Order: sequence, then C-alpha cells, then structure tokens
Amino acid sequence: MAHDGEGTAARRILVKLSPLLVDLFPGSARRVEIEAASVKEMVDALDRRWPGMRDRICDSTPAIRRHMNVFVEGRRARLDTPLSPGAEVFVITAISGG
Amino acid sequence: MAEKILILVGTKKGAFIVESDPGRKSWRIRGPFCETWPMNHVVGDPATGAIYGAGGNEWFGPAVWKSRDFGETWTHSSAGLAYEAGEEPIKAVWSLAPRNGRLYAGVQPAGLFYSDDRGENWNHVEGLQRHPTRPDWQPGGAGLILHSLIPDLDDEDRIWIGISSAGVFYSGDGGQTWEPRNRGTRADFLPEGQNYPEFGQCVHCLVRPKGESDLLYQQNHCGMYRSEDGGRSWKSIEAGLPSTFGFPAAVHPRDSSTLYLLPLNGDIAGRFVPEAKAAVWRTRDRGETWQDLREGLPQENAFFGVLRQAMATDVLEPAGVYFGTSGGALFASSDEGDSWTCIAEHLPSISSIETMVVRD
Repeated sequence: MAHDGEGTAARRILVKLSPLLVDLFPGSARRVEIEAASVKEMVDALDRRWPGMRDRICDSTPAIRRHMNVFVEGRRARLDTPLSPGAEVFVITAISGG
Repeated sequence: MAEKILILVGTKKGAFIVESDPGRKSWRIRGPFCETWPMNHVVGDPATGAIYGAGGNEWFGPAVWKSRDFGETWTHSSAGLAYEAGEEPIKAVWSLAPRNGRLYAGVQPAGLFYSDDRGENWNHVEGLQRHPTRPDWQPGGAGLILHSLIPDLDDEDRIWIGISSAGVFYSGDGGQTWEPRNRGTRADFLPEGQNYPEFGQCVHCLVRPKGESDLLYQQNHCGMYRSEDGGRSWKSIEAGLPSTFGFPAAVHPRDSSTLYLLPLNGDIAGRFVPEAKAAVWRTRDRGETWQDLREGLPQENAFFGVLRQAMATDVLEPAGVYFGTSGGALFASSDEGDSWTCIAEHLPSISSIETMVVRD
C-alpha cells in the first residue's frame, strides 16, 4: 500500500483504485492512503503522486468522467462529495465498451 | 545500411506494429499496445524515431501515447489537452502530425493542439475555435472530428486541416486565423440549391504530396477532388471511379501525380467495396484517369470498408502501399499497387495505417 506523507493522520482516507487505472501509471498501487476532505482533494492528491491521473478520472468540465465511478461509503460520489476521516473510496471503471 | 519497415496500425483495440525487412515479403506482428485503447491514428516521427498514438478511451478520455523504443514501452499524456472548464470536454484524439520538432494533434470535438516537448504537454490553437463559423459546424457520422492535419514542412505558418463535417480550413499564420477552403466541393446532403456552401462539406481525407507547394487531393463524402492552389478551388476528379464515395486517400512518396483511393459503394449502400470485390484505384496523372488494381485482393464476398486514415504508402523503392479493413485485415503491396498480399488477418477493426522506415 502507498502512503501520502502530507497532512495529518486525522484526514486520512483509504482509496482503492481500479486495476485498469493502476496499469496506466507504473509504480501506482491498488490501495493508497492519502489526506483528503473531499473527492476533489482526493483526486488532486492522486494527481500529485502520479501526474496525469486526474485526467483519467475527471474530464475538463470538471467532473468525474461519465464511465468512471467514484464510490464513497457505498454511494456514487461527485467531486464535491465530502470525505470523512477513515473513509473508504473506490475508483472503478463503469460498464462500457464493446 | 540495415533497414526495417514498420507499418503502424491503429485499431479499435490498441495499436499494432507490423514489421519487415525492406524486401517486404515476410511480416511480423507485435501488439496490442496502448493498453488496448481505441487508437485512431498512429504515426512515426522520422526526425526522432518516436512513435505516437492518438487515442480516446470511454473510461479514461483522450491521450497521446508515445514510444521511444519502437513499441517496446509506452507512456501517455493529456496534460493541457483540454478545452476551458464548462466547454464540452475532448473525447478523443483523432490525428497526429509531426513537423520540425513540433507535434500537432486534432481532436474531437474538433480542435487543434500542439506540443513542443514531444507529446508531454499540449497547447491549444485557439484561433480555430474563434472562427466565426464554429457555432455552425455539424458532426459527421463519427462525430465532429479534426481528422486530416497537414502542416507545411517548409513553411511553419501554413497548415491545412479537414473536419467532418465542417470542411477544409487553412491557416497561413500558424493557426491564429483560418479560412474555409471548400470552393467547388459538393454537399449533396444539403437542400437543393445549397450544395456548394462556404463550409459544411464532409471532407473524409485530405492529403498533400511532397514537393508541390499547393497541390492537394481530397476524398469527400460527395466526390473526389484536386486543388492546385492550396485549396482555394477544387476540381472534381471522380470521372472513371466506380463511386463518388470513399474514405482514404494516399499519395505516392515521390510522384505527386500518383494517388491511391479505395472507393466504397456509397453512403447509403452499405459502405463496403463495390460489388463486394476489393480494388485499390490508382491515378498516375493527378486524377484525370484511373486504374483499378485487384491482383491478390478478394474478388468475391468482400463486405469490408476502409476508414479515412487506413491507407498509406511507404518511402521505399518501389513504393509500398497498404490498407487496413474494418474487418481487421491488412493488405500490402510492394510494387506500387500492382499486386497485393494479405499480411495480417483477424486484427481488431483498423482505424489507421502509417509507415515508418527505421535505419540502424
């Protein structure tokens, strides 16, 4: 598991990334602990660790991409969804393709 | 000097490289690359040896992929490859063109970007979005895509682009301002009497031979055309062809009068090769006359199409010609189109073909 050394442990959350997403960023990890108080802050933190990851999760609207899903505590989230300390966040690919 | 010829293949499910020695008799297939993303255009930069792939993925959005070791490893980037917040996001990259250290990218919805650091960071050519006709551009069947991209290698201010279905546009000032260049090309899909608009034509493929400053050819949804004045005016060269409809066009690497087409049977007739018999059509006189080339190509039950970027030539002697089909077959000729061999089957649907010669 990867850890983000910034911030305080009080805001620490656990992010679980899609294997397809991890494959695009050599050195990234399926599970990562970072400090974030919202999904947007989480995406920003992921992008700092692995530059370019924001563009894969979000479009320029800005919004979470149509065929990407971010789930927080079992519910589909938006960029402005707040994150509680200790939250578990899934970043996964939606059903798509052919 | 040892040489290798690479055919760079963009498909609906990744990029492939098909390679041979200059004899072009035996081919090896490598891939799929780029994590099986749909790859609309894969090109080689002869100046650096880098290979770039233009793609867009339903999950992850647009990116330009890059390999600096002939396909062994790849990276991707879309840094800066975005419109302003609130505008319709970019869905995919559709075309690439290197020029003297700069790399251009055409995207969907139609726009133009460039990178001066080999695809790491991208800048928007905003002048095209500011064109007064922009609000009236209509998407073609594949969307509003900038698919043809021709920077002038000798004059860095000159660039031509093709957008479906906004038509051909030209900039003579490096992309700051643009003008439509569609005079003489038809838009049969518009109401009677309005078939020759200033813009809105459905250009399918725009190509420019080397060594001729203002000579252009275009395969259009509605006809085949030649311009000898940089696109200011176009003349129909479809007489002698089996159809006015097709997608790709490819120029000979040394003879500006030689052009290859692959006409399809029509936009509402299935869009496969006429009579289900495959043929490449070649002109040696700038489109005044045409010859069908069929030796080695299937002459029955061929119900495939060939997309706009899926035909190319190589720079070897004699010139090679290649095309890839919607059914995932790759055909090659090493004698300027006189005879053909199927060198790959069962690939994913092929979107683009380009070639690259590697010298040790």
